[in-house]
Amino acid sequence: MTCESPPLPAPQRSAGTKPKIAFTHTESIVPPSRFALGLEPLDTALGGGLARARLHEIWPVAVEDGPSATGFALMLALRASDEKGAIVWIGQEHGRAGALYPPGLADLGIDPGRILFVAAPDEKALLRAAGDVVRSPAAAAAVIAPAGSAPLLDLTASRRLTLFAERSGTTAILLRTTDPQTPSAATTRWRVAAAPARALEANAPGQTAFNLDLLRQRGGAPSHGWQVEWDRDRARFAPLSRAVAVDAGGGYLATG
Amino acid sequence: MLAEDIWRLDRPRILPARGVGNRDAERRGGEGRPHTIGPAALPLHQPAADPPPHSGEDPPIVFVEKLNNAMRVTALSRAAMALGLTPDLTLADARARIPELIAIDRDHGAEARLLARIVAGCVRYTPMVAAEPPDGLILDVTGCTHAFDGEAGLKADLLARLKNYGITIQSAYGDTPEQARALARFGKDGADVRTLPVEALEADPAVTLALRRAGLKTIEALDQRPRKMLAARFGDLAIRLARLLGEQDRHITPERPLPPIFALRRFAEPIGRVEDALACLEELAHETAQTLLERHEGGRRFIARLFRSDGAVAAIEVGTGQPTRDPALLIRLLRERVDALADPIDPGFGFDMIRLDVGGTEPLTARQDDHLAPSRHEEELAELVDRLSARLGARRIYRVQPENTHIPECAVTRCPSSRIATWESLPEGEPPMRPLRLFDPPQPVNAVMSEVPDGPPMRFTWRGRTYGIARWEGPERIAAEWWHRRDRGGRPRDYYRVEDADGHRFWLFRHGLHESGGAAPAWYIHGLFA
Repeated sequence: MTCESPPLPAPQRSAGTKPKIAFTHTESIVPPSRFALGLEPLDTALGGGLARARLHEIWPVAVEDGPSATGFALMLALRASDEKGAIVWIGQEHGRAGALYPPGLADLGIDPGRILFVAAPDEKALLRAAGDVVRSPAAAAAVIAPAGSAPLLDLTASRRLTLFAERSGTTAILLRTTDPQTPSAATTRWRVAAAPARALEANAPGQTAFNLDLLRQRGGAPSHGWQVEWDRDRARFAPLSRAVAVDAGGGYLATG
Repeated sequence: MLAEDIWRLDRPRILPARGVGNRDAERRGGEGRPHTIGPAALPLHQPAADPPPHSGEDPPIVFVEKLNNAMRVTALSRAAMALGLTPDLTLADARARIPELIAIDRDHGAEARLLARIVAGCVRYTPMVAAEPPDGLILDVTGCTHAFDGEAGLKADLLARLKNYGITIQSAYGDTPEQARALARFGKDGADVRTLPVEALEADPAVTLALRRAGLKTIEALDQRPRKMLAARFGDLAIRLARLLGEQDRHITPERPLPPIFALRRFAEPIGRVEDALACLEELAHETAQTLLERHEGGRRFIARLFRSDGAVAAIEVGTGQPTRDPALLIRLLRERVDALADPIDPGFGFDMIRLDVGGTEPLTARQDDHLAPSRHEEELAELVDRLSARLGARRIYRVQPENTHIPECAVTRCPSSRIATWESLPEGEPPMRPLRLFDPPQPVNAVMSEVPDGPPMRFTWRGRTYGIARWEGPERIAAEWWHRRDRGGRPRDYYRVEDADGHRFWLFRHGLHESGGAAPAWYIHGLFA
């Protein structure tokens, strides 16, 4: 017996009545575009770079490494935004870590004029603002920086942010102050520590350097122990080389 | 703002722009004739910096402007005039004569705003008021004088009011606006316009000169010549003359403020749900959008007022970064605002009236979409900013701009998100000189060890941890801004960029210098490098 009747047409909806919250995940199966960090072995380990339109999570090893994690998050945002588009910094007032200082950003090669600052009064407001920003296609990248341990930013919240990011195309970077010790839907999770910089002449501290641990990546293996330096002038990461010998006593005499 | 402006105006510093006394105003009158009044002598400015408080005598003030590459006095206060200063003097000459002179940059924008305010105020006399920039106004008082007991009463009222604000005017009535203007500026009220000098025609200086050379010094002399000849030789001079003599009338274009934009709904039965009220607001938003569209304007501030039947009024105000008349966007913002209210709207027994006001408007013309580049990035960003502002408050969404100072904590200020400042970047190859995180105020650090008193730190303790310094650079000395300080003092700061053995980078400074006998200067941590 054969079925002669033509197949039923697919149910059709006019565009206006399409519900906004449809869990149509088929669209996100398309592999996301990636942005390279500029350091070839690291990009290879990441499968060609970090995914845009996803959530990435970063935290420092210790409290003192906080600024390094901040710097790394902003550098990723800069790379993700591809030198154009807005970067939104969603921070919290009254943090213990000190306020983000725009001249310092400029010194890292990140133009403070491109950054839109959002100062949330508390964690809840921060989470809502983050949702708004990541959901809107206006920002190329958003850095979400809660001040404390951020218990509200749990697995569910990270899942939501990931979904928003997939739909809007905004790259979301969650910058934590401590190791969350909870699962997360983030595509990659990084642990950042400061690394001794390649010393300049007269034993002066040199360009910003980090120790990076890629703790987790979706669809890839974790990899540890990356030592990278931020190449400010080309806005990319470079291997940290220790070619310059440090003259321990010279510094004092030369510049004192 | 209003009170302050009035206070400023109150202080007598009304300055004529041209040397001759104060300026004039014009008006004209007579029963059954159109009447025009035009004061012209406006107070020229409200200086930004107020002189020291009144001490019996006004200080001489002059307003200066750059003309032909020299700073010249273009307006001056009575006190300055009494000291023998005149317009057109160079500032250097004026200073040489009167060393204690206060010189202020002339602000034409402020003058125009003041004139606009006076125009708005003169609507009490007649709806037909027009500004005659830079310093005059014309009032058509036809049929309006009865409320003030005739022309003289109206004039006295106007003069008294303006005098209250410290504004001196010259005024005259005339049959046409030009006649009133000429009488106010070149004659006096009630004088015969025919006796005025030819300058009263306010023609091109070359034309005036030519007339004078030809011996035609007064309007009367000019009037006796055949008009055709004048028209052939001097163009529009004949028209000017006819208007001045009241033979031809030109109507003034009055400044009429547009009525405020609002829409309201009254309900026979109060509505009890906030949701319904919002639905009603949506309809109102469509109505205001229509009015805005007709005016080619967009609103920047919207105030929704919900009048409860027991008399309480809930006001919800939203602002937008860019002018808009999109009802959907407006409703979204209003909803955000309602959601974010700390104390939710209580409908009580219901709302019996809902009103939507457009608080501020800006020009917004229809725009052609760019089909080649359909990205509406800027608009999306503005919309995002509006949404966040509605919930968190506009001051929490900001950008930053550099300030012209070396003091690190003052080097940055917040600015509205619509302004994008440009920042200088470091020369290539330099390591970062400023920290990524800044502590304001700086935090004290203890147990700082240095090899020599003025040398760099070797070790310090901060937040209970001791850091040994492996690499350092400095000092970068930043002096206090003594020119801003009353005591002309302030301690300099010696900044060091330091790095410990683990790579943590700090920005430390020593506050002050070592002095013999004094206590050692304190150390602070001001920031952390990435």
